[in-house]
Amino acid sequence: MALYSEKVMDHFRNPRNVGVIEDADGVGEVGNAKCGDIMKMYLKIVDDRIEDVKFETFGCGSAIASSSMATELIKGQPVSEAMKLTNQAVAEALDGLPAYKMHCSVLAEEAIKNALEDYYTKNPDKRKEQ
Amino acid sequence: MKIYADNAATTKMSKAAIEAMLPYLETYYGNPSSLYEEGQKAREAVEKARADMAECIGAEPGEIVFTSGGSESDNQAILSAAAIGKKTGKMHIISDTIEHHAVLHTLKKLEKEGFRVTYLPVNENGIVRTEELESAIREDTCLVTIMYANNEIGTVQPVKEIGEICKKHKILFHTDAVQAVGHIPVDVKADHIDLLSASAHKFHGPKGVGFLYARKGIRLSTLIEGGAQERGKRAGTENVPGIVAAAAALKESCGQMSETGERLKLLRDMLIEGLSEIPHSALNGDPEKRLPSNVSFCFEGIEGESLLLLLDDKGVMASSGSACTSGSLDPSHVLLAIGRVHDVAHGSLRLTLGDDATEDEIRYMTVAVKDVVNYLRGFSPVWRDLVNGKTKFIL
Repeated sequence: MALYSEKVMDHFRNPRNVGVIEDADGVGEVGNAKCGDIMKMYLKIVDDRIEDVKFETFGCGSAIASSSMATELIKGQPVSEAMKLTNQAVAEALDGLPAYKMHCSVLAEEAIKNALEDYYTKNPDKRKEQ
Repeated sequence: MKIYADNAATTKMSKAAIEAMLPYLETYYGNPSSLYEEGQKAREAVEKARADMAECIGAEPGEIVFTSGGSESDNQAILSAAAIGKKTGKMHIISDTIEHHAVLHTLKKLEKEGFRVTYLPVNENGIVRTEELESAIREDTCLVTIMYANNEIGTVQPVKEIGEICKKHKILFHTDAVQAVGHIPVDVKADHIDLLSASAHKFHGPKGVGFLYARKGIRLSTLIEGGAQERGKRAGTENVPGIVAAAAALKESCGQMSETGERLKLLRDMLIEGLSEIPHSALNGDPEKRLPSNVSFCFEGIEGESLLLLLDDKGVMASSGSACTSGSLDPSHVLLAIGRVHDVAHGSLRLTLGDDATEDEIRYMTVAVKDVVNYLRGFSPVWRDLVNGKTKFIL
């Protein structure tokens, strides 16, 4: 029994959407270095759709994999769909996480929601349309 | 390349140890308490092992009690000393903040029973200050328990000085020598040690075997009740094959100790030098007073578990004191005790060399660690903030 599923290891070894979007429409950061996990999400939103998403993560294998998977799940999706992302969806898409690593999927969900919140704060009219 | 660099966690059994145990699995499998030959041969082997192991640490055979390992030995030593102290109303114990959990948790248990424990801080290199130890001694101090060498950062304590202080004040001195025995010279008489814990799988013996040295005259309390094995100090049929193998392993390790130690020190320092080239990194522990096999570093801006997983992909088996590798939220208490803040302690790496380590392996590991640290820093938001001056570098 390995610590992580093949999916987790794949997303950890080859994380998707790694990096920074300089002119991001929304940026979200969660966690702190004290507890050992920080995730930062950058969103590019065009016509209410997640046109691009990038992440940076300081954290363990499952934190990196959760960030990567979360970006995959929302990329190309309408903002309204991205808002519905749950940590369970992230964990399930990774074929599960060890119980004590579930908080990594929570951080991924929160990081994306923070980034979307940032986008709405910058574009209050968009929130009304929701 | 596949490199096992986690020898502080456990070691590979030596050929000598495996060969030594086989006859006691196949032929002389009798119970050492039985009177027929198969049993008596086993008894002889256990007593020979006891004498051999005693000799390796300068003890008398009668001062060695076989146990299941380091944790049991630590428990029994500390609880015994506490029981002795309690009889005369002495319920104060001195220890330090970087002990193994087998010691710390036993002390916590005693605190609940009314004992008072002073946990001495260590200096930035993880060394106990002997003058602080001496001034912490009270009239009711019954025990000083300070480890010989630390499992995480490899620091070797001034054991002889501590032993002398304890002797002067007539206080029992226990040392958890799990990382030291078989690796660096240990002499219980010269070091004035009253109680010492050791574990066979740390010196190429089997898992599940250890011993407790208790100076003649110290009355041990029992943890396990039952038969009269180990002179009534540890019930349960002796793990004959394990004990025999442990003795063979220790004899071999002690025989090669100075040669292996000198060779490993050179390799260790080569690895330390190589890893020190990584910017914003720091060696944990004392550069001189450290185990010959231990290399421990903190790297700023990255987290230890991802470092370990990627090193594993490159064939390097190592360990870390990060919270994520322990299943707890806090990083290693040892790293915190030497002043590494949480942010930095999460990015720790421990490489503990095997006796057969080579220069090629050191070079390979140096490159592997550099590559992985660089890669992880490449998408670490913590590192970005440090580089951009948003936050200040600690290391």
